[in-house]
Amino acid sequence: MREHTLEHAADGGGHSVEEAKKHMRTYAIVGVALMIGTGLTVWAAFINFGSREINIIAALVIASTKGFLVAGFFMHLISEKKLIYSLMACTVFFAAALMFLTLHSMSQGSIVHMR
Amino acid sequence: MEIPYAVKIRPDTGLYNAKIGIWLFLASEVMLFGALFSSYILLRVNADPGTWPLHLLNVKLGAVNTLVLILSSVMVVFGWASLKMNNFRAYQVYQGITLLCALTFLGIKSFEYRDKFNHYEVQLKNGRIADGHINRANEDTNFFAFEAGRVVASHADLMVPAAADVKLEELKIPMSDIQDRADGKGKEIENYGPWHSSYLAIYFVLTGLHALHVIGGAIVIFAIWGPLAGVWKTDPERYINRVEVSGLFWHFVDLIWIFLFPVLYLL
Repeated sequence: MREHTLEHAADGGGHSVEEAKKHMRTYAIVGVALMIGTGLTVWAAFINFGSREINIIAALVIASTKGFLVAGFFMHLISEKKLIYSLMACTVFFAAALMFLTLHSMSQGSIVHMR
Repeated sequence: MEIPYAVKIRPDTGLYNAKIGIWLFLASEVMLFGALFSSYILLRVNADPGTWPLHLLNVKLGAVNTLVLILSSVMVVFGWASLKMNNFRAYQVYQGITLLCALTFLGIKSFEYRDKFNHYEVQLKNGRIADGHINRANEDTNFFAFEAGRVVASHADLMVPAAADVKLEELKIPMSDIQDRADGKGKEIENYGPWHSSYLAIYFVLTGLHALHVIGGAIVIFAIWGPLAGVWKTDPERYINRVEVSGLFWHFVDLIWIFLFPVLYLL
């Protein structure tokens, strides 16, 4: 009875019992990748690339990759329903707009110039 | 009255309602932290040269806390997958480890906060600055005692990590050598609390808000794991949904820390 119920629940979540078994291995691999990524972040921060900007870009690229792994695999964003994708697309748009306005406000000639 | 689509899938969305609810909530959280990251960028880019500290925080502790949160996230998905495989015992073990990780993270964070509140900067009358950790065991009204401190020529020297050959030592600064405050209310003595600098203000706001999320997430995970565990027997589908929704929030907390760590500790 319970097995039947769980299978039913899996229909909506998009994850069957068999999938859950298979995914546990993926979760472990992603977890290890995230830990290696953390080591890489620390290592890259102390390397002299000749320019501080490169350190900043390297750290943000590694953090973004780790963020993709968490959102994609742990939060199952790589296999979600369309509605969730639409919701996230709106969020990304507004968050990107916020960052764009922040950076734009600091440039000369900006209509929202800070200084 | 039964809440509709708490377990059954809503035909038009293809999801149960709580899942849409948590994603909407997380969308609002992205904007909340986005606004604070935006503030960080504004403060940092507009900081006067030599006023933004580099590696002021303990990188090792920050890295350990990152690993602790990653481990907790792995345990959350393991727990959820165990329930899918009908293994409640394994779920309890995995979520128990998650809760231990949450406590470890908060313990380390508290230690870091305490360290900053015990870290003092003292402006001397000769223009130099004494900086280090206060010696509370040796408090005296005539002296300001450092457990481990150093004296530097300017603020700029405090913005970069001390050279390897610089040794921190016990210091006793006579109160008469310490600069009086401009408003006449005491001496120029200040700890590294959020009032100390723009960097520490945004550090405490970002990490404090994040820590509140860790506490909130841990309370919910604990409630589902312990007091509400009986739902697994009466309504397992609903129980799995609760674990999934609380897990989504927990992963988001991990995600935020993944960005906070390099931004505050390394760059």
